[in-house]
Amino acid sequence: MTGTGTRRGLSFYLLAAFFGLFVLFLYGPIATITILSFQGPEGGLTFPMNGVSLHWFRNLFEQQAVGDFGGSFRRSIALGLTVMVLTVLFSLLAGFAFRRRFLGSGALFYLAVASLIVPSILVSLGIGLLFNILGIEPTWYGSALGAHLTWTLPFGLLIVFAIFNRFNPAYEEAARDLGATPWQTVRHVVLPILLPSLIGVGLFGFTLSYDEFARTLMTAGSFNTLPLEIYGMTTNVTTPVLYALGTLTTLFSFTVIGLFLAGVMILRRRRLRRTGAAA
Amino acid sequence: MTASTVPSEASSASAAPRGDGVRRSTLRRVVPYLQAGPLALTLLVFLLIPILTIVAVSFWDYDSIRIYPDFVLTNYEELLTSPVTWKTYLNTVKFAALTWVITLLIGFTVAYFLAFHVQSTTWQMVLFLVCTIPFWTSNIIRMISWIPFLGRNGLLNSGLISAGLIDQPLEFLLFSDFAVVLAFVHLYALFMVVPIFNSMMRIDRALVEAARDGGASAAQVVWNVILPLAKPGIAIGSIFVVTLVMGDFITVRLMSGGQSASIGLMIANEISLLQYPAAAANAVVLLAVVLIMVVAMLRIVDIRKEL
Repeated sequence: MTGTGTRRGLSFYLLAAFFGLFVLFLYGPIATITILSFQGPEGGLTFPMNGVSLHWFRNLFEQQAVGDFGGSFRRSIALGLTVMVLTVLFSLLAGFAFRRRFLGSGALFYLAVASLIVPSILVSLGIGLLFNILGIEPTWYGSALGAHLTWTLPFGLLIVFAIFNRFNPAYEEAARDLGATPWQTVRHVVLPILLPSLIGVGLFGFTLSYDEFARTLMTAGSFNTLPLEIYGMTTNVTTPVLYALGTLTTLFSFTVIGLFLAGVMILRRRRLRRTGAAA
Repeated sequence: MTASTVPSEASSASAAPRGDGVRRSTLRRVVPYLQAGPLALTLLVFLLIPILTIVAVSFWDYDSIRIYPDFVLTNYEELLTSPVTWKTYLNTVKFAALTWVITLLIGFTVAYFLAFHVQSTTWQMVLFLVCTIPFWTSNIIRMISWIPFLGRNGLLNSGLISAGLIDQPLEFLLFSDFAVVLAFVHLYALFMVVPIFNSMMRIDRALVEAARDGGASAAQVVWNVILPLAKPGIAIGSIFVVTLVMGDFITVRLMSGGQSASIGLMIANEISLLQYPAAAANAVVLLAVVLIMVVAMLRIVDIRKEL
């Protein structure tokens, strides 16, 4: 216990203060624009607040001169969900593959790592050029989807590696000894154990895609996704409508995280109950 | 090949007739390829081939209307002989170095606090999540959220003025190199915190106890025990931060208000002017520089243990 006593000394409080400042640094600006998005109609981009209203939120949905906010939002969601499903599926499959030795596994691993290191603008430029030369029109559900996957798949793969490292193969052996086919083993033993972590992979896939700007730049074709729309707004909109958009998208991100966390928690509780019932 | 795999197959499925065993062993060998196929295909079509396309196009010729398949070195010549390129590279490396140092200091301190000073695992996870959540929101929104803070009439300036510390707003806060680095730190500090925290959590606590029993001061423990063992995490975080900053163009454009340049921004400008071969040559050089940096970092620290 003396160890704890010495740790709660001056250094603990200094570090705690540093941590507090860091959190303030992370959240402060976002909190500021959230407050400012409730400016009155006469309000500007900075404090002091000039009245309190929902004017700029209404403005966001009414005035189509700002851009196609609704359409780009829907496209971003659809793209994010597709990326999410493909990321979970592809990285899980590849995770299974990497548990065995196969020709080219080293090369594939390095290719995946390279995908994280290559600057986003290069992926955008490369796919744009490739489609240009081949004469294929880039689309948000085609070329942009591929571009996003080059960013989300390596993350997914690394998480799946970490999951399998902690996975105890004894469960699979037990299932096999009881006469389960390989597919039954995966379906009834491996997948239920991996499920909470796979939800994490999905969350990664969705949010990385939902926010991706650079990789979408040359690959989205004629229809914008939300980050492209927001970027367009930053260069020509000078009213708090920008903050209203920021508040809404941040709120949306937090809702998605909340849903995912709740999902993981429900799964964990259900499993606890089931194992409790078995015992 | 078949001869060596059949016996092991036969032992696991001893009742199966021989022909079935052979067929199943071929299936077993094909399965990993089918499983890795979607990943490999995606990376091939959307990463490898596009990069090879960039390399090819960097040797093409172009005029104001279109690009022509060719083999010329003028794109590289123009790029490497222009003083603008060198200045821009220097500027980009400056951003990367400053962001790296600051995020490293923050990341190490925050991770050290979470890993070694927060005692309960629940609190550790809660505080860790608190750090992670802002990372999931839009990068561009996080950038513009600095405007009401740093602007001419922003919170910081009005605060300093009312405190009597300055009598004129500080102009350098927004649309400056300062704002660019601040935004980078804000965006990417987490890429340092997470891997370093991950490394630190793997450190055997007995080592820290032993060092303390041996009479080491807290600073000595950090410097001689924790720092060396956290190196793989530091390397992973550094690779992320440096590559992200080296390729960035939106942060530089938005936060510098067009006052500053980076290689990524240079490439983005060439793209918007449809000077694709020039952009491609620039991209190839950038890729080479980034790869050299990453390889150099990997030579110092072996991160394979971490995976």
